[in-house]
Amino acid sequence: MRSMRRLPLRGTALVAGLALALTACGGGEDGDSDGATGTSLKGVKLEVAAVWTGGEAENFKKVLAGFTKKTGATVTYTPTGDNVAAYLGSKIQGGGPPDVAMLPQQGVLVEFAKKGWIKPLGDDVKQLMQQNYAQIWQDLGSSDGKLYGVYFKAANKSLMWYRPRAFEDAGITQPPTTWADLVKTAGTLSDSGATPLSVAGGDGWTLTDWFENVYASSAGGEKYNQLAKHEIKWTDPTVKDALRRLAELWKPNYLAGGADGSLQADMPKSVTAVFGPDPKAAMVYEGDFVAGVITGETEAKVGTDAKVFPFPAVGAKPPVVGGGDAAVVLKENKGAQELVKYLASAEAATIWAKLGGFTSPNKAVNPASYPDDIQRQIAKSVIDAGNDFRFDMSDLAPAAFGGTKGSGEWKRLQDFLKNPGDVDAAAAALEADAAKAFKN
Amino acid sequence: MAERPELTETGTAGPAGAGAAETGSGPSAERGRAGAGRWLPSGFLAPALVLLGLLVAYPILFTIWRSLFDAGGDTFVGLDNYVAMFTDSQTFTALKNNLIWVLVAPALVTSLGLIFAVLTERVRWATAFRLVVFMPMAISMVAAGVIFTLVYDRAPERGLLNAVVVGVHDVFADPSPFPGARPRDTGPLATRAGAYETRQQARPGQTVTLPLVAITPQRQRELAPARSAQARPGALTGTVWADFTPGAQAKANQIDPTEKGLGGITVEAVSGGRVAATATTAADGTFTFTGLADGAYTVRLPAGNFAQPYNGVNWLGPSLVTPAIIASYVWMWAGFAMVLIGAGLAAIPRDALEAARVDGATEWQVFRRVTMPLLAPVLMVVMVTLVINVLKIFDLIYIIAPGSSQEEANVLALQMYLRSFVGERGDQGLGSAIAVVLLLLVLPAMMFNIRRFRREQG
Repeated sequence: MRSMRRLPLRGTALVAGLALALTACGGGEDGDSDGATGTSLKGVKLEVAAVWTGGEAENFKKVLAGFTKKTGATVTYTPTGDNVAAYLGSKIQGGGPPDVAMLPQQGVLVEFAKKGWIKPLGDDVKQLMQQNYAQIWQDLGSSDGKLYGVYFKAANKSLMWYRPRAFEDAGITQPPTTWADLVKTAGTLSDSGATPLSVAGGDGWTLTDWFENVYASSAGGEKYNQLAKHEIKWTDPTVKDALRRLAELWKPNYLAGGADGSLQADMPKSVTAVFGPDPKAAMVYEGDFVAGVITGETEAKVGTDAKVFPFPAVGAKPPVVGGGDAAVVLKENKGAQELVKYLASAEAATIWAKLGGFTSPNKAVNPASYPDDIQRQIAKSVIDAGNDFRFDMSDLAPAAFGGTKGSGEWKRLQDFLKNPGDVDAAAAALEADAAKAFKN
Repeated sequence: MAERPELTETGTAGPAGAGAAETGSGPSAERGRAGAGRWLPSGFLAPALVLLGLLVAYPILFTIWRSLFDAGGDTFVGLDNYVAMFTDSQTFTALKNNLIWVLVAPALVTSLGLIFAVLTERVRWATAFRLVVFMPMAISMVAAGVIFTLVYDRAPERGLLNAVVVGVHDVFADPSPFPGARPRDTGPLATRAGAYETRQQARPGQTVTLPLVAITPQRQRELAPARSAQARPGALTGTVWADFTPGAQAKANQIDPTEKGLGGITVEAVSGGRVAATATTAADGTFTFTGLADGAYTVRLPAGNFAQPYNGVNWLGPSLVTPAIIASYVWMWAGFAMVLIGAGLAAIPRDALEAARVDGATEWQVFRRVTMPLLAPVLMVVMVTLVINVLKIFDLIYIIAPGSSQEEANVLALQMYLRSFVGERGDQGLGSAIAVVLLLLVLPAMMFNIRRFRREQG
């Protein structure tokens, strides 16, 4: 089910692929200038596995081509299919793992490190990481104090997409920056005759993302991490507070199609409800991949007909919740370490950044590399968040709780969307399921 | 998973195997006497036995064995998985739904099949009709599931069934003039039981303002500007208008220059709980009550003015999801029942029917007293086959039920899959326990089938 979150990313890249023709000429020069300084790996053959297909795979291959140009090593790319962990697990047990793989979940990285399936990274990679990345990304790539993964690609799931026309009709000039503002904006939109929100309640994961954003901002990082590990209960006052905040916005008359309609809208439907030919709502919340859905399934143009603002601050700071793909080494050899080091460089990230549909957590990437303002804005909030970046909580939980259609957190939040009045019951139901899944 | 090969094997190969064993016994006895070796029959049986053992017996035994271990498969937990299963509310819902399925679906499919078969027997275009009814059987369950997600879609602009329901509804009920319009939380109007009322009462000769919001911008552009009602002696006047101007400069509860009047709204003057007079607003939003007796009146806008457009039925909501999926199952399988029962009908000796008719029986009596008893064995086969089929239903529910009501639509086979294989930490111990229970539920139906076949052979 998590793979669904990945699917729309392809669209983003596809569109961005158009930018390719423009940037292709410029790309070559970088490689040449660095070519002299790189270690020569001529004759070395490397295999890289990642979840990306289609346009994303094409773009990633361009990044790999940069490595070939720099070092002379031959790199082949293998798509893993939707379940990276299962794919790699079978490859490792079969004795033929790829040299480098991109892991989409931090839990998998820790699990693989414990099993000894991935190798610690060398000191030069560590140095480069310290130089280019906020501490949080180094922590996310580490297990037991050793660095295993370099986060190459980040996903930003703290974005509100909106239809500027609806905002104009309601006389709203400034996108909201605080939760109170957002609630007020929703009220104004509703007064103006627009339905403020489209919520993809049919996909439970969008609701967990909603909750995570509110919680990360209202309760703070420490509580967030504790709740992610189920060290505090879901009946904690901070959880109830976050649910109460959500209820301020999840009112049936604020939702396109009401609560019932929302509960049967999946993510693409929720996006077309805002940006389609017959708009049903003014705002929709989800991650950077919404851009791909807008371009893929509607006539609307991102940047003019569809704009974005960061998820407003509920507490002191706005939340930045998301995910990332970490490059890890599965086979101990010089080439693999070199490749991961290359992926930690600004040079590698810049290649894809220029092609679009990509967000790098690498501080050294020049914001000017991104092809348009929206993508620059998305990347900027990830970099600006620094150590306040929070990994998607439901991805850190056991799948039975955080990743299963029709049960656990997905289902409980769907029930809450249907009946946002009863915060205590929702918290109790969440806690009951969490206790069962975490077995503590 | 173990019961799947078992089901198909027993359904078809079972009776054939039994037949083979019986016919085989004769020659083998002769050859035994002839001294050709008593191992020969075992030799002939061996391939079938090995296959059955590998594909049926071993998986069943392994599943039972596996159900006694924990998720990791290393620790023996006894019957803990079974306890966990029966104390889990999700599994209980699944069990309950399975029961509903078994009670409703086969009976419904069989009776529909019977009706179709009896009716088409005498129709001219019988073959064409039967072909059409049978056609859904040619579609895979998954494809049928996808088709029905489109049929049952909540939104009338996408869902076929709701489009029909809404269309029919709108023929009989006129849509309200301003669906969804409402007063602000603070202002002269309060909401009571869906209708909007003035908080303060007014007397004839006074003027009231009734501001509403939430009228779509598109709609507002079509409307005429609002006008303040003039006070008239002896009459209660007022304005109903869309009290929204973009931007902060506009004042709430005041008729600003660009704001539009709401025409065609029914307004009531209420005194002591009774409607004293009714008026309709003009295009500029104004209305007048004349001829009111002196006194204090509450001005009310009845709920009918603002009723949301009828949106159809929530087919895939928690309460209707199981019946909706059963209906899609009936659509798929009615053809199957019809064809089998049709074949049974064709095999009924005509002279029995003729004899009854000659004896003066009505058509209904012929059907009840002659056709039905003769058809009973076929109906039984169809029913039992369907019961087995329904117990392992999975695909339709997996595809049709949206995530938000999957729990309410859950059945054992789906629960088994979800528990065993979904997520990186699937619990195959618990999944196996569910599979074993499912097997136990299917067993009686299979026994019944086997016995019946035996009796027929005998």
